[in-house]
Amino acid sequence: MTELFARYPILLVSVIKIVVLLFLLLTALAYIVWFERKVAAHIQSRLGPYRVGPHGLLQPLADGLKFLMKEDPTPAGADRFVYSLAPFLTMALALTTIAVIPFGPDTIRIFGQTTPLVIANVNVGLLIIFAITSMSVYGVVLAGWSSDNKYSLLGGLRSSAQMISYELSLTMSVVGVLLLAGTFNLSDIVRAQDGFTWHFLPRWNLLSPTLPQLLGFFCYFTAAVAETNRLPFDLAEAESELVAGYHTEYASFRFAMFFMAEYAAMITVSCLATILFFGGWLSPFPPALTWTRYLPTALFAIAGIALAIHGVRYITALGRVTLPALGLLLCALAVACARPGVIDVVQGPFWFLMKVFIVLFVYVWVRWTLPRFRYDQLMAIGWKLLLPLTIANVVLTSLAVVARK
Amino acid sequence: MTPQMAIFLVLAAVAIAGAINLILQRHPVHSALSLVVVMAALAGLYLLLDAEFVAAIQIIVYAGAIMVLFVFVIMLLNAGVEERTNVSLVARYAGIPLAVVLLLGLTYRVARASAPLVAQPTPEGATRQLSLLLFGNFAFPFELTSILILIGMVGALILAKRGE
Repeated sequence: MTELFARYPILLVSVIKIVVLLFLLLTALAYIVWFERKVAAHIQSRLGPYRVGPHGLLQPLADGLKFLMKEDPTPAGADRFVYSLAPFLTMALALTTIAVIPFGPDTIRIFGQTTPLVIANVNVGLLIIFAITSMSVYGVVLAGWSSDNKYSLLGGLRSSAQMISYELSLTMSVVGVLLLAGTFNLSDIVRAQDGFTWHFLPRWNLLSPTLPQLLGFFCYFTAAVAETNRLPFDLAEAESELVAGYHTEYASFRFAMFFMAEYAAMITVSCLATILFFGGWLSPFPPALTWTRYLPTALFAIAGIALAIHGVRYITALGRVTLPALGLLLCALAVACARPGVIDVVQGPFWFLMKVFIVLFVYVWVRWTLPRFRYDQLMAIGWKLLLPLTIANVVLTSLAVVARK
Repeated sequence: MTPQMAIFLVLAAVAIAGAINLILQRHPVHSALSLVVVMAALAGLYLLLDAEFVAAIQIIVYAGAIMVLFVFVIMLLNAGVEERTNVSLVARYAGIPLAVVLLLGLTYRVARASAPLVAQPTPEGATRQLSLLLFGNFAFPFELTSILILIGMVGALILAKRGE
């Protein structure tokens, strides 16, 4: 093994990057569930998780433990192999897409190897993401079919029809971006958005001087919400009609895998939205404003100090210890971000993650604001509204690109 | 053995195993899934040949769209386990020898091939080359194919609406 790594150092670097990213992603997944529950609660004038740990911060841990401890039955009439395969397939495919997402422009050094902030910088990164997304229909369909339950089957059938329909709009909605960037490589798509119109308006594809991709973004976001089976398009699991849809029969950790895959797909789609329409890792401020380089430090410092001050007056003793400690940790992070060698490397990932976070928030916000569509409305929106709009966007963008030349 | 060779052997073995399993399985859904495995392994082989675009399209079109429709239809028709029947006489006395002959012939040709079997990767990326060919030299056949598909769609609609 060590010999193999010595001969191909890129392997070792890749393995390290995969492990680190997977760890971060799985932690993020757990806390996005917490975040969603908190946002949903506040939208509905509730408090949300509050009992396990200060502000319910240990709730993901408790949930994970509960998922592990529960009984994991298989229905009597189920197709055992496919029934076990479906959650693994869903989870694996949902996690794989993160491999082609670039987090920043700079390279870092691991064991003397210079490597970019992306696991696989492939030339067809965008197509790889769509390929994996198109495969993820299988997890839902097979789960629904193999459970031998009519609600599951109906959920599986609905979702396969829905995902096939919206995949078309999803793919077509990014053609405008491809026409502007002229490449499938995600890093190059971000680089093509560098620069500022009139010295202050970032040249992101959403605000592109050639043709602002507002229509493209609207179609992309709508199709993406449908593609990830989230409200208002969650007909695949509509509780009020189908119990829980395709995962009705699943319990314990296999259910948790479906649950986590949904959030992993959300993260991927949000990352892609950031890269395609919001300039990826590019800062929204012109480089002439040098003080904006200290914004990460400022944000972490303010958050840390606020958390520490809030924490010392918390109700429980545990909270009075952990919350100020977390605040101090954030302050330490703020100081680290201002150091000369670090400050430049931090900029890319900081802005990227901030934008992804905002898109994720909108995702959650939409879910707890809009009611579910009817099934025929869903299909009509997909085929009669979104698809013509995306085609119109392709034609308009092509004309604009040609006119500019 | 180079890493490329090892990856090739693994993918080839997976593809062949998937293809054999496709025939041996008695449930249509299991057969369809085996075919998906074959498609995915083929996409891996294309990646190995630096044909990234073809690999991605292979997954999107075949594994992601066509096979999903297959599985969808199988589920919709609620097809059950199929009965195994005896091999027909034609298949036994003509099919099996012909299959062996085909296999031997292919093996002979591949073993004798002098040119490198691996395509040379293009420096500026295969996607650009492919699109130049598709929308330049072969623009007319390309558009013709799309009209052919349109005719197929219209035909299917007419067949579906005939009852009304």
